[in-house]
Amino acid sequence: MHVPDTRREYWRKNLWLTGSLLVVWFVVTFCIAWFARDLAAFTFLDFPVPFYVGAQGALFVYVLIIWIYARRMNRLDEEYDVAEEER
Amino acid sequence: MRAFAQNLKRYYSFFTGGFVMFVLALAVAEYMGMPEKWIGWTFMAATVLLYASIGILTRTTDVVEYYVAGRRVPAVFNGMATGADWMSAASFIGMAGTLYQKGYDGLAFVMGWTGGYVLVALLLAPYLRKFGEFTIPDFIGARYGGHAARSLAVVGTILASFTYVTAQIYGVGIITSRFLDINFETGVFVGLGGILVCSFLGGMRAVTWTQVAQYIILIIAYLMPVVFMSYKVTSVPIPQLVYGSVLEKVTERETEIMADPAQVSARAAYARRAATIGREIDSLKQHDNVLTPDERQNRIDQLTKDMDIAAGKAKPLTRHAEPFPGDTAAERNSARLNFLALTFCLMVGTAALPHVLIRYYTTPSVKQARESVFWSLLFISLLYFTAPAYAVFAKYEVYTNLIGSNIAELPNWVHSWAKLGLVKVEDINHDGILQLAELTLNPDVIVLATPEIAGLPYVVAGLVAAGGLAAALSTADGLLLTIANALSHDIYYKIINQDATTTRRLAVSKGLLLFVALIAAYVAALKPDTILSMVAWAFSIAGACFFPALVLGIFWKRATKQGAVAGMVIGLGITLYYLINVKYFGMAKWFDISDVSAGIFGIPAGFVSIILVSLVTPAPDRATQNMVENVRYPSIRAAARK
Repeated sequence: MHVPDTRREYWRKNLWLTGSLLVVWFVVTFCIAWFARDLAAFTFLDFPVPFYVGAQGALFVYVLIIWIYARRMNRLDEEYDVAEEER
Repeated sequence: MRAFAQNLKRYYSFFTGGFVMFVLALAVAEYMGMPEKWIGWTFMAATVLLYASIGILTRTTDVVEYYVAGRRVPAVFNGMATGADWMSAASFIGMAGTLYQKGYDGLAFVMGWTGGYVLVALLLAPYLRKFGEFTIPDFIGARYGGHAARSLAVVGTILASFTYVTAQIYGVGIITSRFLDINFETGVFVGLGGILVCSFLGGMRAVTWTQVAQYIILIIAYLMPVVFMSYKVTSVPIPQLVYGSVLEKVTERETEIMADPAQVSARAAYARRAATIGREIDSLKQHDNVLTPDERQNRIDQLTKDMDIAAGKAKPLTRHAEPFPGDTAAERNSARLNFLALTFCLMVGTAALPHVLIRYYTTPSVKQARESVFWSLLFISLLYFTAPAYAVFAKYEVYTNLIGSNIAELPNWVHSWAKLGLVKVEDINHDGILQLAELTLNPDVIVLATPEIAGLPYVVAGLVAAGGLAAALSTADGLLLTIANALSHDIYYKIINQDATTTRRLAVSKGLLLFVALIAAYVAALKPDTILSMVAWAFSIAGACFFPALVLGIFWKRATKQGAVAGMVIGLGITLYYLINVKYFGMAKWFDISDVSAGIFGIPAGFVSIILVSLVTPAPDRATQNMVENVRYPSIRAAARK
C-alpha cells in the first residue's frame, strides 16, 4: 500500500512525541528511584525528595505527560487532516 | 451527543448531592440515637439498591451496548468508570496499610499503579479505540490472524483476571460480614448478588454507569476520614499538602523510640523468644516422638511462623522515609533492585490488564480515548496520592499517642479492633507500658480505624465500609465481564460458531457470566490464603502475555503471527515458571528478584521472542499491514483526498 508523505510525517511526529514523553516517564520513575538513597538528604515541602517524588511528584508528572500527549495529538490530527468527524 | 453528556452531568451532580445529604441525614440520625448496627445496614442496603437500580434502568439486549456500552461514554465519565474499575478492595483498604508497614518501599505500588497509565495513553488506548472491536483477544486475533494467537490471549485474560476477581469477592465477603454482622459465606453471596444484578442485565453499559456512581462514593469515603485527621493533627484540612511536616515528626519519634530502654528490653525479650522457639524446632527435627510425620511438619511450620514473627519484632524499626533500608550494602542493593523491578512490572501489567484496556473501546472517538486516559489517571491519582498521607497520619498517631501509654488505658479503637483480631498487644517485658515491638497491626486496620482514631462518628466508619464495598464491587464487575466476554465473544462466536445470532451470543455471554461468577464466589468462600498473594501475580502475567504482542502489533508492521504466538508462549511461560518455582518449590532467585516481579524476566523475553521469530518468518500479508496502517490514524479519509 502506498502511504502518502504527509501521513508518514504525521506518524514520525507521533513517534517522536511518544518517545520523548517516555524518556521523561523513565527518568522520573526509575532514575530518581535508583538514586533515592543519595537524594534522601534533600527536602522539598518538608518531604525528603525521593519520598515526595514517589508519593506525589511522579504522579503529577504522569498526569501532565498524558495531558500534553492528548492535546498535542488532537492538534496534530487537525493539522494533518486525519481527525475523525465528531459525532 | 452533547445533550447526552449534559444530561449525564446533571444526573451525577444530582446523585453526588443526594449522597452527601444521605450521609448527613444518617449523621443526624446517629446523633439522635440510631444504633450503629442500623447505620451499617442502611449504608449497605442503600448503596447496593442504588447499583441494582442503575443496572435495571440500563439493561440492554443490544450487542454493542452490552459489550462496549454503545461506544458513547464521554471522556470524563469513562475516566471515572476506569477509576472505579481499576481501584480494587486492595487499593482502597490495603494500600495505606502497605505504606504504613513499608514506608518508602511501598511507594512502588503508588508509582506502579499510576505510571502504567502513561503506557496506556501513549502506546495503546488511541490505537485500540481506532481498531474499535470488543475485546483484547479480538485485537490480537485480528492483527495476527488465526485461532492460535486469539486463544492464547483468552488464556492470558483468564489467568490474569480470575484470581483477581476472586480476591474482590473475598473482599466483599470481609466487608459485608464485618459491618453487617453476618457470616462470611453469606456475605460473599450477598455481594455476588450486588455484582450480578448489574453486569448480568446490562453488560458493559450497566457496569459503566454503575462504576461512575461507585467512583463518586469511594472517593468521598476515602478522602473524608483523612481530611478530618489532618485537621485534627495540623489544623489544615488538606492532608496531601501538610503531611510532610508530620512525616518529620514521625522521623524524630522513630529516633526517640529506638533509643528508649523499654523498647530495647522488649526487643531483647522477642529475640530470646525467637531463640527458644528455634531450639524447640531443632529438637523436633532431631528426635522421633509421638507425633506422626504430618503432625510434626505442621508443628514445625507453625513454630517457624512464630519464630519469624518474634525475630521480626526483635529487629530495629525501619524508618518510614528511608529508601531501601538494610543492614548491609548487599541488602540495600537488593531492596533497590526489587523496588525498581516491582514498579516496572506493575506499570507494564497495568497497561496490559484486559479489564482496563477494554474501557477505552467505549469512548465515542480516538480523540476522546486520549483525553479519557488523562481523566482516568487524574481520578485515580486522587486516591493514590492520598494513601501515603493516611499511612503517615496513622503512624504519627500510633507513635506519639499510643506507644509509651499505659496498657490498661489504651484508647477505644484499639479494643474494638483487637476484638476482631486486627490489633494485638502483648506486654512482653511486663512493665505495663506499650512499646512499639509489643504492638501488632494488621495493615487493613489503617483505613478502617482512621475514622475512630480521628474521633469521627460511626457514620464515617459506615461510609468507609460503603466505599470499600464500592471499590470491590466495581472491580469485580469489570473483571467478570472481561472474562465472560473473552469466552463468549472470542471462543464461542469467533471460533466455534460464527453464524450465531445476536440473541444467542448474548445468551451465551450471560450464561458464562453467571457460571464464572459462581465459580469465583465458590473459590472465595473457601478463603484460600494463597489467593491474596496471587493477585499481585496478575500484573506480571498480563504484562508478559499481552504487552509485547499489543505494542509490537501496533508499532511494528513486520511482527508476524508466529512471532506473536512465540512471544506470548515464551513470555507467559518464563513468568509462570519463575513465580511458581520460587514461591512453591524453593528455586534459587535470579538476581534476588522476588516472585511478584517475575514479569521482569517474562516481559523482555516476550519482546525478544516476537522480534526474533518475526524476522525469520514471512512478513504479514497486505491486508494485515493495511489494518496496522489504519489503526495508526484516527481517520484515513483526509489522506486519500490530498
